[in-house]
Amino acid sequence: MSDAYVVGIDMLKFQKAGTAKSVQDLGGRVALLALQDAGLTIQQMEALYCGNLYQAGAMVGQRILQEIGQTGIPVVNVANACATGATAFREAWMAIQAGAYDLVLAVGVEQMSAGLLGGGGGAKGIPKEGLLGSATMPAVFAEAGQEHARKYGTTFEQFAKVSVKNHHHSTLNPKAMYQIETPLETVMNAEMIAYPNTKLMCSVNVDGAAAAVLASEKKAKELGLMKRAVRIKASVMTSDPWQERDLVMPDVNTCTRNAAKKAYEMAGIGPEDLSLVELHDCFATAEILHYENLLLCGEGEAGRMIDTGAVALGGKIPVNVSGGLLSKGHPLGATGIANIYEVSTHLRGEADKRQVPNARFGLTHVIGLGSACGIHVLEKVA
Amino acid sequence: MASEAAARPLPVVDFLKIPDAGEPYLEGTRCKACGSVYLGERSACSKCGAVGQLEPKRLANEGELYVYSIVHRSFPGVQVPYVSAVVDLKGGGTVKGNLIGIDPSPEKIKMGMPVRVVFQDALGRKDRDGNSYLSYFFEPA
Repeated sequence: MSDAYVVGIDMLKFQKAGTAKSVQDLGGRVALLALQDAGLTIQQMEALYCGNLYQAGAMVGQRILQEIGQTGIPVVNVANACATGATAFREAWMAIQAGAYDLVLAVGVEQMSAGLLGGGGGAKGIPKEGLLGSATMPAVFAEAGQEHARKYGTTFEQFAKVSVKNHHHSTLNPKAMYQIETPLETVMNAEMIAYPNTKLMCSVNVDGAAAAVLASEKKAKELGLMKRAVRIKASVMTSDPWQERDLVMPDVNTCTRNAAKKAYEMAGIGPEDLSLVELHDCFATAEILHYENLLLCGEGEAGRMIDTGAVALGGKIPVNVSGGLLSKGHPLGATGIANIYEVSTHLRGEADKRQVPNARFGLTHVIGLGSACGIHVLEKVA
Repeated sequence: MASEAAARPLPVVDFLKIPDAGEPYLEGTRCKACGSVYLGERSACSKCGAVGQLEPKRLANEGELYVYSIVHRSFPGVQVPYVSAVVDLKGGGTVKGNLIGIDPSPEKIKMGMPVRVVFQDALGRKDRDGNSYLSYFFEPA
């Protein structure tokens, strides 16, 4: 099995939820940008893997080809909650690893609406939200964070610092939804949504799209694309193993821990070798948990890690230099590929003001409740 | 239609049991093979996969608050703030519900505090046929 490479990748600037023209327009435009980045055309692509959640079942990938060229290639549409984009990318990677194709396109795209996610509940009987606790995402991730607070004494202030950091990073990223500094007091005094997550500690719903062109090693060399290529060192997906409390309290940790272990093994590196990480900060509380889940620090050390600045740009292991889901935005189906775009941009040395110096290895991570975790480890080639 | 509504309240979830005689209670499923306890029915044990080993288990009304969140923003019509609580019941089974009878403030609520299950009307919520529902809540023990 030869390695697979990202040879072209791009994302659209994330925009206010509900303002995009259409899903196929977003997907088509970003696909053209990724192809252009590789210097290739849709006619050269042998397959398309398309990730989209809210219109799953509506053949979004085929509609994208109507926008940019109906070449008759196989199209696979995938939906996997917030891991949708990473799943599409991984399917593309697997197709190349399997030797089925040499050049494939992966697109992640989402048009969102404003407001709370989750908590819909069943149709039977009466609404359960606010009666049997909360199933909204801010509350679910608040409870996951409180578990860390219970075990290790993590504070509201430490959770809030995650948001300060990621909002600061986004001021350096022109493609982020927001570029606004948010000091600690602003974060802590913002409207409380579900304690300990204030409004500024919840990810931003946005319309967005990201796309990648993947190539086999043979093809990348043949086309002379190795100079800016990014090697895919590991691609891993997991689902939730059984946990005592997982029916009432989604386990947002174990699937990431299992995926991380496999990803480091597959990549042949350890967390200490990483130059940067883009992880799933759907809520500020979640980012704290994932420092430990991804082995960036030891058990119970995540609160201290945010205090020391180790995870900020310029620190030992910068996390969410893009601004993360908290400030760059979270278009569910696009997020996984947008994370890969961010890391690839650093590995190529093209991240401008937010560039992590001498970036060599980067890790991307997403989780989708339900549950799915996707991790990719990427390596600089040239 | 309200006139067709059941005379007795209905259980808010399948795992809340209302016997003809005696007190309401929560019921879980226990796997005889591995001993795990959880809510809801299964084709096989979701922990060990054992088939034909599942039995109903009456859950305790006493437990401890595992974690919580204080919900300040919810969907239209949902009264806030309220406390969303995850409770570990004595003898097995974890249940999520509203914690009542306490100020919704992080200074007052202590993780690990003892709580008990109480059964009350489901905040006046009725279904489209006018049926009332019996729900469960947690309160400090």
